[in-house]
Amino acid sequence: MIPEIGHFALILALCVALVQGILPIYGAAVGNSGLMAVAKPAARTQFLLVLTAFGCLAYAFADKDFSVLYVAATSNSQLPLHYRLAAIWGAHEGSLLLWTFILTLWMFAVTLFSGHLPETTRSRILGVMGLVSVGFLLFMLTVSNPFERLIPAAAEGRDLNPLLQDPGMVIHPPMLYMGYVGFSVAFAFAIAALLGGNLDAAWARWSRPWTTVAWCFLTVGIALGSGWAYYELGWGGWWFWDPVENASFMPWLAGTALVHSLAVTDKRGGFKVWTVLLAIMAFSLSLLGTFLVRSGVLTSVHAFATDPKRGLFILVFLAIVIGGSLALYAWRAPKVGLGGSFAMLSREGMLLANNVLLVAAMGSVLLGTLYPLFLDALDLGKISVGPPYFDSVFVPLMVPAIFLMGIGPLAQWKKASVPDLAKRLKWAFGVSLVSALTLPIVMGNWTPLLSLGLLLAIWIVTTSAIGLRERLAHVNGNSLVERLASVPRSYWGMLVAHCGIAVFIVGVTMVKGFETEKDVRMNVGETASIGDYTFRFDGTQDVVGPNYTAARGTFHVSRDGRETTVLYPEKRRYPVQNQIMTEAAIDPGLLRDLYVSLGEPIDDGAWSVRLYHKPFIDWIWGGCFIMALGGALAISDRRYRLAWRRQEPVVPVPTRTARRKVA
Amino acid sequence: MKWVMLIILCVSGSAWAGEARPLTDDPVAEARLKHLAVELRCLVCQNQTLADSSAPLAEDLRREVREMIAKNMSDPEIIEFLVSRYGDFVLYRPPLKATTTLLWVGPFVLMAIGVTALVMTLRRRSRTVAEVSVTDEEHRRVEQLLAEGEKRS
Amino acid sequence: MNRFLLPLSIFVVVVGFLGIGLTLNPREIPSPLVGKAAPEFSQPQLYDQEKVFSPADLKGKVWLLNFWASWCSGCKTEHPVLMDLAQSGQVTIYGMDYKDQREEALTWLQRGGNPYSVVGVDEVGRVGINFGVYGVPETYVIDKQGVIRYKQIGPLYPDTVEKKILPLVKQLESE
Repeated sequence: MIPEIGHFALILALCVALVQGILPIYGAAVGNSGLMAVAKPAARTQFLLVLTAFGCLAYAFADKDFSVLYVAATSNSQLPLHYRLAAIWGAHEGSLLLWTFILTLWMFAVTLFSGHLPETTRSRILGVMGLVSVGFLLFMLTVSNPFERLIPAAAEGRDLNPLLQDPGMVIHPPMLYMGYVGFSVAFAFAIAALLGGNLDAAWARWSRPWTTVAWCFLTVGIALGSGWAYYELGWGGWWFWDPVENASFMPWLAGTALVHSLAVTDKRGGFKVWTVLLAIMAFSLSLLGTFLVRSGVLTSVHAFATDPKRGLFILVFLAIVIGGSLALYAWRAPKVGLGGSFAMLSREGMLLANNVLLVAAMGSVLLGTLYPLFLDALDLGKISVGPPYFDSVFVPLMVPAIFLMGIGPLAQWKKASVPDLAKRLKWAFGVSLVSALTLPIVMGNWTPLLSLGLLLAIWIVTTSAIGLRERLAHVNGNSLVERLASVPRSYWGMLVAHCGIAVFIVGVTMVKGFETEKDVRMNVGETASIGDYTFRFDGTQDVVGPNYTAARGTFHVSRDGRETTVLYPEKRRYPVQNQIMTEAAIDPGLLRDLYVSLGEPIDDGAWSVRLYHKPFIDWIWGGCFIMALGGALAISDRRYRLAWRRQEPVVPVPTRTARRKVA
Repeated sequence: MKWVMLIILCVSGSAWAGEARPLTDDPVAEARLKHLAVELRCLVCQNQTLADSSAPLAEDLRREVREMIAKNMSDPEIIEFLVSRYGDFVLYRPPLKATTTLLWVGPFVLMAIGVTALVMTLRRRSRTVAEVSVTDEEHRRVEQLLAEGEKRS
Repeated sequence: MNRFLLPLSIFVVVVGFLGIGLTLNPREIPSPLVGKAAPEFSQPQLYDQEKVFSPADLKGKVWLLNFWASWCSGCKTEHPVLMDLAQSGQVTIYGMDYKDQREEALTWLQRGGNPYSVVGVDEVGRVGINFGVYGVPETYVIDKQGVIRYKQIGPLYPDTVEKKILPLVKQLESE
């Protein structure tokens, strides 16, 4: 009964989404406020309906209802409750439901925080989001219904893929989807502006906080996924340039470009056409990512179940949504004005140069990801494009971008001067260069890449410090604390996010330069050393988990004769899918991780063991969280809070005919 | 009694506490294998390197590569051995050929086009946009609309 | 051209490729060995381990080499097809038992019938590597000069036999 309610709720949601997608947009076009008023209640109803469906699926999982095909395929009665709930997004159908649920959640948020928007704009935004939702609901109801019954019911479920039975996997997909789908708001704002022909600075101001929130979620989501790969796949790597990873990284690159270009449009009214294109791109890449992951056109280590019929559906949907919006763009963009003037060497100019580099980097990831497909489609042979390729093209594109990142925030709007910038930056550059050259020598391993990485990281930090100092000189306040407090949060946000990048770069550089690994054969009682640490293997014990059995090794780790920690790596066997999983044991630390994973049992209790000493690796994810924190600080800025608090527009909404296109 | 335990511990400790042996007899060859294998693709797996994969074919191929290393074959020779059997598909670093030119130069062409387009657009813009822009006025409208009474410089 | 149409044009091209991509199998890797001489080997035979199976004896004949194993599920699908093909007498099939247990392989052939005129044993999978086998079953069509002319990855279906294998064998016979 409950699954049928869920199914029915989805059907109703589709009807509501159709109404929401058609009436308000039509109403906005003809100026009928009755039709436009439909948007808000429709969006809220749709949210409640999809929430109901989501709750029904959650109930089916909690209740171990194996008469639901999807539940039987992705869970098991032995599976603990929190993993049964995470299994909702453990495979295709449920992931789509989560996608749609989050889309309606964002819609609901738009209805809450759009009191200050003109009615026409709001109804167009919600209408566009409704149309996107129609596609996903239709997709679920036609070829990927999570509520499909299995008759007769299975006695037992086939269990969740053991790889996904992990706390990181419980929160990674919702975070990632909050980011992916969050870009739909910026997208809807852009389409609404194109439809209305009112692509002005107000549009940029409104989309900025939404875009930043989505970007924060995406950043955290990607970081969680990378962390999961690090400890769960057992190879100690953190990024593999796998198509699925690239699918999440491309929207991030486009989104990062969008966040910056929105700043130009907001502050200076410039480059609206470019910003609107980026808004379309960021969401299109999210959709493209969904297609790549779900259709099976590319092989990926994340072996999702794939089905060509589903692939075709998403492709057609993709063609309609992206093709439609790009056509609208081609039609409307030429009529948009240019905005304020500025010199090439100015903050605007540098933000845009950064944009060009970010988009070129995104294009390269796209090229590398799709190239095997292109060649295959043209019957020119099969190739693989992997980490060596991406590393060698990505680094040269990012180096100038990060260099500019240091200068940009210090340059004046409109026009900056080289001698002035050189004067203000010479100390930062000197300090960065000298420390980047000497630090690796002090640490005992000089390589060009190590120096380059440190140079960029220190450059970001020193330039940020200069920027902050100059800023403090210009604000009022007697004490330092008072002056620090009067620097706007958005400025703090930028500084923090940029320093997050620096932390990230330090992590990547130090791991690449100084990580050590050892494959050893360890008898009980034997020791192995890596870094300054000695690991003593005290044998394995059999342990029984809720739905697995494991051999758990005990490793006493000591440094200079003093015990640091005890690590318990496991080799688990999940009987339902008969899968063996390597659960690495990690002792995380600010300056290093110690990582032990069990290989194979050899004889007499001896095991092959892999040990890693990874300096600074947690800085990689730490950097990402700091970036997201920066984003969060930026949106807590005073002006946005004021905007939210306002319910009614101060200025009467200009009618469509009266709205002047801003040149 | 305590000191007896201590002695037993020490004795047994010294009897056991050996340094663990590396997994292979030849760590140099193993390092070379690893260096090669991280750029090679496991064929049966979805998307894993030969170094990471535990598929039986990957194990066989690692064994072949080990034997070739033992025979003192050079890296290009070993790679040629694999490519002649499985094609370019095994290489994670696609070789530069007519069909992969676009792949290798594409990113840099993209960047060049982007920078040129930016410079050209900015030049054209500076000619067409009058110094006094409408944006300031428009900016004020936004300010008014969004933040009542909020004065910003 | 209107430069605002550029994003749309790029997108249309990408969608075209993605559409073609849906019809392709990304896991099928074409063999660079097609058109090249089949690798030499001499392996013990399954039934009579004293005897040796070597393609050198097969010069001047068109033949099929089928890599299989008793543990492989695709081989189960393809086995009846091989039996029919062998009974039709249109081409001789040679088998290579890939990384298998002898007893299990013998039981398998006893149960399902033996379509092979000779079965070789590739215990460690080295012949497989030389032929570029990456997953059983795989089937090679080899011509009179000992050159590989076609490689079937995955199970043979009646359709593949009718439309690809048999016409090719006829053509090679007449060469």
